[in-house]
Amino acid sequence: MRRREFLKSATALAATSVLGAPAVLSPAKAQSRQETLLIVSESGPNNLDIHGVGTNVPGYEVSWNCYDRLISHEMKTGPTGPYYDKNKFKMELADDMNVGDMSVTFKLKKKATFQDGTPVTAKDIKWSLDRAVSVGGFPTFQMGAGSLTKPEQFVVLDDNTVRVDFARKDRLTIPDLAVIVPCVINSELVKKHATEKDPWGMEYTKLNTAGGGAYKVTNWVAGTEVVVERNENWVGGLLPKTKKIIWRMVPSAGNRRALLERGDADISYDLPNKDFVELKNEGKLTIVSTPYSNGIQYIGMNVKNPPFDNVKVREAVAYALPYQKIMDAVLFGLAKPMFGAAADKPTEVAWPQPHKYITDIAKAKALMAEAGYANGFDTTLSFDLGFAGVNEPICVLTQESLAQIGIRTTINKVPGANWRTELNKKTLPLYTNVFSGWLDYPEYFFIWCYHGKNSIFNTMSYQSKACDAFIDGAVAAAASGDQATYETDVKGFVDTAYTDMPRIPLYQPYVNVAMQKNVSGYAYWFHRRLDYRTLAKG
Amino acid sequence: MLGLISKRMLLVIPNLIGVVIITFFLTRALPGDPAAYFAGPAATKEAIEQVRAKLGLDKPLVVQFGQYVSDLGHLNLGNSLTTGQPVLTELKNRLPASAELTLFGLILSMVIAVPLGILAAVRQGSSIDHTCRVVVTTGVSLPVFFTGLLLVYAFYFRLGWAPAPLGRLDVFFSAPPQVTGFYLIDSLLNRDLATFCASLSQLLLPGFTLCIFSLAPIARMTRASMLAVLASDFVRTARASGLKSRTVIVTYAFRNATLPVVTTLGMVFSFLLGANVLVEKVFAWPGIGSYAVEALIASDFAPVQGFVLTMAIMYVALNLAIDMLYGVIDPRVRLKG
Repeated sequence: MRRREFLKSATALAATSVLGAPAVLSPAKAQSRQETLLIVSESGPNNLDIHGVGTNVPGYEVSWNCYDRLISHEMKTGPTGPYYDKNKFKMELADDMNVGDMSVTFKLKKKATFQDGTPVTAKDIKWSLDRAVSVGGFPTFQMGAGSLTKPEQFVVLDDNTVRVDFARKDRLTIPDLAVIVPCVINSELVKKHATEKDPWGMEYTKLNTAGGGAYKVTNWVAGTEVVVERNENWVGGLLPKTKKIIWRMVPSAGNRRALLERGDADISYDLPNKDFVELKNEGKLTIVSTPYSNGIQYIGMNVKNPPFDNVKVREAVAYALPYQKIMDAVLFGLAKPMFGAAADKPTEVAWPQPHKYITDIAKAKALMAEAGYANGFDTTLSFDLGFAGVNEPICVLTQESLAQIGIRTTINKVPGANWRTELNKKTLPLYTNVFSGWLDYPEYFFIWCYHGKNSIFNTMSYQSKACDAFIDGAVAAAASGDQATYETDVKGFVDTAYTDMPRIPLYQPYVNVAMQKNVSGYAYWFHRRLDYRTLAKG
Repeated sequence: MLGLISKRMLLVIPNLIGVVIITFFLTRALPGDPAAYFAGPAATKEAIEQVRAKLGLDKPLVVQFGQYVSDLGHLNLGNSLTTGQPVLTELKNRLPASAELTLFGLILSMVIAVPLGILAAVRQGSSIDHTCRVVVTTGVSLPVFFTGLLLVYAFYFRLGWAPAPLGRLDVFFSAPPQVTGFYLIDSLLNRDLATFCASLSQLLLPGFTLCIFSLAPIARMTRASMLAVLASDFVRTARASGLKSRTVIVTYAFRNATLPVVTTLGMVFSFLLGANVLVEKVFAWPGIGSYAVEALIASDFAPVQGFVLTMAIMYVALNLAIDMLYGVIDPRVRLKG
């Protein structure tokens, strides 16, 4: 009897779950699929707070979408669609921005609240900016790039008004307030979780978003997924169209592509170039390729030590590099060439811009002989294994090409974790690397990469009084608005850099994004991550 | 029996102390500077030093080791820098995922390999024997990530039979309330058949990938040990007594042949945990293998140490369990203990 009862109930249970469930579940599921966007990428955030110790780049994406800044950028039409306009600012939390001679004053939007309902006040703004310049590491460094270094620079005028004092005239100060770092944090909420050892509440914001941004994180499983949902009370702009975004980490590039092609995933952006080219040709998906703003992949040489202290050797290398082969075989055409400008092309007031070298082995050999290295020399060619997909073939092609002019190279593969340490030592003789700056100004790039104060990105240890003078001149001219001097100085430092050739630009990389045809609203931002607020499906 | 267990447990302690010391110093000997890595792409030297001080990496090694041991005493395995979470929580959350996958793969493998091995032994030299040899050799020769990608390509991408390789559950399912951490069991406990089917379907491809890889040792060991037993006197006697061939093989021969098979199973289980690393990568499986690899790439010390320690404890526990099992299977082992 019991057995029979059991069988009956079991059959009933099975019947409901097999027959009943799909009928009930499917429409609801289809509905939620329609309102939900599934993003797949290789890696995810390690910290939800950009002020955190060692927050990685995926973490920036969370910060960008879950926190507001005082100001942001307007959109314009770029080469591949919507593109942020570096010269036009849009008010986000601020209602009004008033730029004075040595300060800028912001009035806050009256209705602005954080996600827990507390109103955003001037105190929150000051606390957040103080935090950014005080916590040290990357955020403080980024604030410093816009001459924002001391808490005293941020002054609360009343509940609704904040003034930012300039330390000196610097054209980068206001753009620096629109990058990801100066995000506005719910100071009362975070203070509740602050401890003596952790006065800025970093442990709390690492795991929780405490802002007033357009999205809030509702689930985060490190290394697996991030789920964000729309903040219905957002005042920073138009209410986003997508209710919920699920961001899954899929380490295998092949599977990310399969997910896209099968229509299971909506967006993916870190696929190998070859996949992007094939997907583009198949035409089933929308592929957007935009050049990195202010970014260049280059071959660098240590100019402090022989043999690369000799400019003739550097020129020889510049003539020996297999530029076109790299474009075709490594990047499958998905990059903007930074070589082979016409010989009579005048230098432009722009960066990045191509140099005039092309592959010419005969000329390179002659230069080597002139430099006294007719028999060549041995050296090592290093690259970062973290980006082996591009770096390794570049180095193999370069090795092959340099061998033709007698430079015998051994390839040195440096693990990702070790790469920055190696760069910092500034002893690698020959290497490939990429640099790109958030702030899209020529002098910004040159301060980091060519200036004699020898920042970590001046990986060549390049020292040139002439170049420094042009860079400092351009910075000063930009601050005072002296356009003519600015233009001369920019041309001056570009020319010096291309005459001395301590590093040889190869190409400007592309940000490649693949998405389903029904996904719209992708926009390019200086940080190169996704802005969920404009994305829509269907 | 209890005496045996406690004796074995005592032996475990020096092992674990050794593991703690070696993992600590080995991770420190790895090339790479976590401070430089985590200071971000645009860090100055001062920024790197600030990060180093924050991570406590500026202190002498001995002090760091002392801190590590005292933390261990408080069951604190430190924080992962790549994921930002405490290592212990992370291992606790991820271990069931790996264990479920590995056990599932192992059970699949046993179900296929043991009968295959028995058949191959009974019909030694026949076409079945050769087929078995070819199948298992192929399986073990293919690298797991390759088998995995191949299965994904065929069954997900081409045929569309398998669900998207997106981890333990489809994106639109939520995980069952945690009891054991095994989704298959938890969803049944929760009487949620839909989730059970969903998680089973996610398990199939990675499970088969592991299964294909581990067929060889189990099948070969079953065959070899069966051959030895089949040639022994008591089997001849049993046959001569006119027992049914099925009874002879299953009841008498196989029971006596299981001891080496069980030893192999233990070994296979531990190397499957290792092979898991790659399978987890392919199927975006949130297990401990992929966790450890990511940490290793980023020179993230704490998770690597935590992972090695967990694995060491699991190996020890596994070996202990297998020793116990010997006693159950073969009374002669029990007497010696």
